[in-house]
Amino acid sequence: MRMTVLRTGPMTVLKDAGRPGHAHQGVAPSGAVDRAAYARANALVGNSPGAAVLECTLGGLRVSFDGPAVLALTGTDAVLTVDGTATGVEEVVRVPAGATVAVTMPRRGLRSYLAVRGGIDVAPVLGSRSTDALAGVGPARPAAGDALPIGPVAGFPEVEAMVAPGGEGPLEADLGPRDDWFTAEAIETLFGAAYTVSPASNSVGLRLDGPALARARTAELPSEGVVRGAVQVPPDGRPIIFQADHPVTGGYPVIAVLTPAAADRAAQLRPGATVRFARAPE
Amino acid sequence: MTRFLRCGREAVLAEVDDLDAALALYAALRDARLPGVVDLVPAARTVLIRLDPAVTSPAEVRAATAALEPGGAGRADAGTVEIPVVYDGPDLAEVAGHLGVTEDEVVARHTAARWTVAFAGFAPGFGYLTGDDPTLDVPRRSSPRTRIPAGSVGLAGRFSGVYPNESPGGWQLIGSTTEPMWDLTRPEPALLVPGVRVIFKAVR
Repeated sequence: MRMTVLRTGPMTVLKDAGRPGHAHQGVAPSGAVDRAAYARANALVGNSPGAAVLECTLGGLRVSFDGPAVLALTGTDAVLTVDGTATGVEEVVRVPAGATVAVTMPRRGLRSYLAVRGGIDVAPVLGSRSTDALAGVGPARPAAGDALPIGPVAGFPEVEAMVAPGGEGPLEADLGPRDDWFTAEAIETLFGAAYTVSPASNSVGLRLDGPALARARTAELPSEGVVRGAVQVPPDGRPIIFQADHPVTGGYPVIAVLTPAAADRAAQLRPGATVRFARAPE
Repeated sequence: MTRFLRCGREAVLAEVDDLDAALALYAALRDARLPGVVDLVPAARTVLIRLDPAVTSPAEVRAATAALEPGGAGRADAGTVEIPVVYDGPDLAEVAGHLGVTEDEVVARHTAARWTVAFAGFAPGFGYLTGDDPTLDVPRRSSPRTRIPAGSVGLAGRFSGVYPNESPGGWQLIGSTTEPMWDLTRPEPALLVPGVRVIFKAVR
């Protein structure tokens, strides 16, 4: 079966569980920005955990299939419409061949994950079907007119519904690895102040506007490996949260690292959203 | 002495004294294949150890890493590649001027030096090479170029490197090679991975 892309909306890319194991070649893991929503989409349609999906930023995606398809959309409050008829949030949807399936504009959240039973079966690059926006590794971004192959059904049953984790409250983080490069006041500010998501954010990093975090050490840090959820502080003192398509290494100190659940929630924050941090419980 | 720094719930950052120690620790971790370790990121003074929290924990990885016995940097040896270079880079004269030698002498030193890939980064297939000639030490360009062709051979600080793909960059360009640094048709697309020894050969 094939899925034809009729319209991509502002930004639609292929994502899966990512490509760990290639950092020594200068390639970061990439993968879905909101991993929990990605995993939910696959589970709903009965895909195996690493299947490729479409990550749709805001709405506007339109597709059709040349056979009957089973779909699920997760991550935001956007829903699928089938020939104009709306379905429910995070619902398993069966669509007939030829129907036009559209993703509505979410009112809450940013990135929706569209899973198709069987998974999107384009050729993997270094073992993954994720497109790494920074490194340029992975399948090409889908464009209107593309026909993407859908894989054979894996045999898992689809499920009725899954509970999305709660999305309120501050982002929980653990200090380190370089919290000792900052003043005690900077740590207090990090866990006390309100930051705003800057429009210059993307799947590489969430840039925050707000009070600057002062350094206790001014030496230059030799570049070192970074992780998803790392809160890096460049010379202007305004933190950047690294997301899935982060670089392999970074040259500025990382004051704290978000928990995996907090990194998933950060993936859904829009420009203008308020961000607060809290110490993660041990 | 390895220091372990907290780096969230899915990684550990191991810090050592210098580049040789980082390479040795990287080689020991690569060979040890610790359970649940999914990726290793060697750098100038650190190795980031990424782990699968479903299999292991930062505490377990710290303990297992501390128990490893890193050999010398030689243990990282991953073979030798020869890279043919046409030394016609736009910054060759500036580099010669900075070092106070002729352009031919820059070429002689770059080809005589024994280079080793210390770590990767910046872009897929970009290896940071360290050499054994301390005189080859030049600052980055004061203004980075917005477009550097693939295959450009550059110097920055005491590092040398080859741009795998067209990209912006601030290194001093002394030559170019047609040898592909990044080729997805190879089992390992990057030619230069940590531990590989590199010899540059002047060609016309």
